[in-house]
Amino acid sequence: MSFLDPVLMSRILFGLTLFVHIVFATIGVGIPIMLALAEWRGIRTGDFHYTLLARRWARGYVITVAVGVVTGTAIGLQLSLLWPTFMRVAGKAIALPLFMETFAFFVEAIFLGIYLYTWDRFKNKAMHLLLLIPVAIGSSASAFFITSMNAFMNQPQGFELVDGVFTNVNPFVAMFNPATPTKVSHVLASAYTTSAGALASIAAFSLLRGRTHVYFRKALKLSVIATFVFAIATVTIGDFSGKFLAKYQPEKLAAMEWHFETMRYAPLIYGGVLDEDHNVRFGLEIPYALSILAGNNPATEVIGLNDFPEDERPPLSIHYYFDLKVTIGMLIVLIPLLYMFRKKLPGKKPYPKWLLLSILALGPLTMSAIWLGWFLAEIGRQPWILRGYMKVEEAATTSPSVGWMLVLFILLYLVLCVSAVRVLSQLFRNRKAEEEIEAQGLEIEGGDGQ
Amino acid sequence: MSYEIVAITVLWTFLFGYLLIGSIDFGAGFFSFYSVLTGHQNKIHNIIQRYLSPVWEVTNVFLIFFVVGLVGFFPDSAYYYGTALLVPGSLALVLLAIRGAYYAYHTYGTQIENNIVHMALYGATGLLTPAALSTILAISEGGIIHEHDGIVTLNWLRFFANPYTWSVILLALVSVLYISAMFLTYYANRAGDEAAFGVVRAYALAWSGPTILASVFAFFQLNHQNPVHFQNMVDIAWMFIASFICFAIAVYLVWRKIRLGLAFIMVMLQFAFAWYGYGRSHLPYVLYDYISIHESITNDAMAIALIAAFVLGLCVLIPSLLLLMRLFLFDANYIRGKSAKKG
Repeated sequence: MSFLDPVLMSRILFGLTLFVHIVFATIGVGIPIMLALAEWRGIRTGDFHYTLLARRWARGYVITVAVGVVTGTAIGLQLSLLWPTFMRVAGKAIALPLFMETFAFFVEAIFLGIYLYTWDRFKNKAMHLLLLIPVAIGSSASAFFITSMNAFMNQPQGFELVDGVFTNVNPFVAMFNPATPTKVSHVLASAYTTSAGALASIAAFSLLRGRTHVYFRKALKLSVIATFVFAIATVTIGDFSGKFLAKYQPEKLAAMEWHFETMRYAPLIYGGVLDEDHNVRFGLEIPYALSILAGNNPATEVIGLNDFPEDERPPLSIHYYFDLKVTIGMLIVLIPLLYMFRKKLPGKKPYPKWLLLSILALGPLTMSAIWLGWFLAEIGRQPWILRGYMKVEEAATTSPSVGWMLVLFILLYLVLCVSAVRVLSQLFRNRKAEEEIEAQGLEIEGGDGQ
Repeated sequence: MSYEIVAITVLWTFLFGYLLIGSIDFGAGFFSFYSVLTGHQNKIHNIIQRYLSPVWEVTNVFLIFFVVGLVGFFPDSAYYYGTALLVPGSLALVLLAIRGAYYAYHTYGTQIENNIVHMALYGATGLLTPAALSTILAISEGGIIHEHDGIVTLNWLRFFANPYTWSVILLALVSVLYISAMFLTYYANRAGDEAAFGVVRAYALAWSGPTILASVFAFFQLNHQNPVHFQNMVDIAWMFIASFICFAIAVYLVWRKIRLGLAFIMVMLQFAFAWYGYGRSHLPYVLYDYISIHESITNDAMAIALIAAFVLGLCVLIPSLLLLMRLFLFDANYIRGKSAKKG
């Protein structure tokens, strides 16, 4: 590893920017949906607690959006600064979604600005709720456009390569490549899950700190049930992604599963260690499961890694990312399920401490799953930046200064993230929910948050 | 009109948008900080906060539009500028990041008024960011980026030892302060805030002279840097004369304290004439001698798709921007601080 190797340093720097940005981008895509759910419930039931919930969430949300804007700007420029050759070549086929993403974000930013400043400005409260529609469409459309670009890197199409130049380009064929549907839906569903999970964590945290107001139980109920619904959707789409990979990107699936020989009735390996001769030890082997994952049928033939030249195989470490991600995915479904059946569980307390602690873990778990899924998708595409056409090392900048820029950005992100956490925690500590409810003089008895 | 002309016009217009609203934002940040230092904060701080709060996110997007559009329409620019500008581009990014984040922390975060560190960061980046960004215009004149054996490099010595670079930085700084002060004069007047109006009007008049001096200085430095471009500019001298006339009207109106809306329109026209005049005479080069719009334009299919996306995008954007402006720029209740503040 050399500090002066522009390819390695570019990968680390770009990876770092995305590692930070993906947190804020995910929250940015998902929270508007949660805001809409809470505000809509508030209007429909006339329960002020839900309106306050949306209002408090929105206050924190805008801080995360600010950091997301900043890190997103960094990605927008770093694409050209770190991968100039990639942008020069691939830009001819895939510049369209990148361009449209800016429009989508623009709409989101404008309406979010209006939303934040107009809580009491409309006589008809539903008008204010309607402002969330362009916010949610804008943020989800951003995710769609950017993910379609990533899908293109996995399944490039819509052009002909003549003497190193993309000709006969069809931007729409490039955008709507076979990877787009599964990737986009998985990204959107997981963003909604993660946002709901993060909000559930916050509600659980308040309850664990001994704050007993019904407001927090309502927040918990809304966010945990939303997490469950979105998680089911994410898992289902994840299954489609497996089938997509088997058909279009078999080397990624094979590396994920340590599957070397092409065969029918392929077993799925969970965990384990690989020795030098590609034998799996200590792993859990589930018969036929890989074939079922690939084609819903135990007789499905799954292509093995040995069919690919060695310098075109993804790193075998992605097996662990996949297994870990799936494990977390199961937990994200299980924990809300336990919450929903909490009255049937043994024990007398409706909110046992272990349950609240598990819900507290939902936020970190969902975010870890996002990171793991992203590692899996990106490292699983190696050595390609544009599968089959351009390798990562051909795409990076030749500038020797990338290492120093890496140091600079590590410092920047540390400062930004630490101060964001400080600002967020101060924001909620200085204005407690109970005080705001009291100030409104709208204390409501009971409620449905039991 | 050919695709490349449409494309470069669109991009140049985005950058013009960024020049205007970015300048207002950068300058406001500086004035805000300056007012805290000189004890004028009670007079102008509120008016600046009222304007900036709902619109700050929109500013950055104009810049991103330009960058993404430039790379989309002219992919070669990613290669040359991307490779050569790694270090200055990253520094500008860090400045923008600090500025954006600390503004949001300050505005939406804790209620402690005027955290001096946040204000200082915001004020200082308000001047450093435009200085850093403007140097790219200087680089685009050629002679600073070179390509040898497929390796693109930036000649730092030529960059820093070049009077033209410094003349552009100077012009950027005084323009930022001038545009910002002119806008705030109009805004304070709309708000009926006499005390703030007095302060920002004085700023506006004070920065008007230096703006013209810096323009003239940069104009003659260009003759040394890129005589071809200079000659092209002389050929369309009427645009720069028109720019000067708009400047004179704007300053006259502000001095007489009449028709301040028209005065700011004149400021916009002043910069529009100069900006498009400069851009037009810069053509056909995006980077002198390396990237010409005629050779670097992307394929027809992508160009058509991008232009179509742009037109569709505008159909959504313009109504949204108008709504934003109606609610926050031209709504007298909001400007005067009678409407409720943020959630």
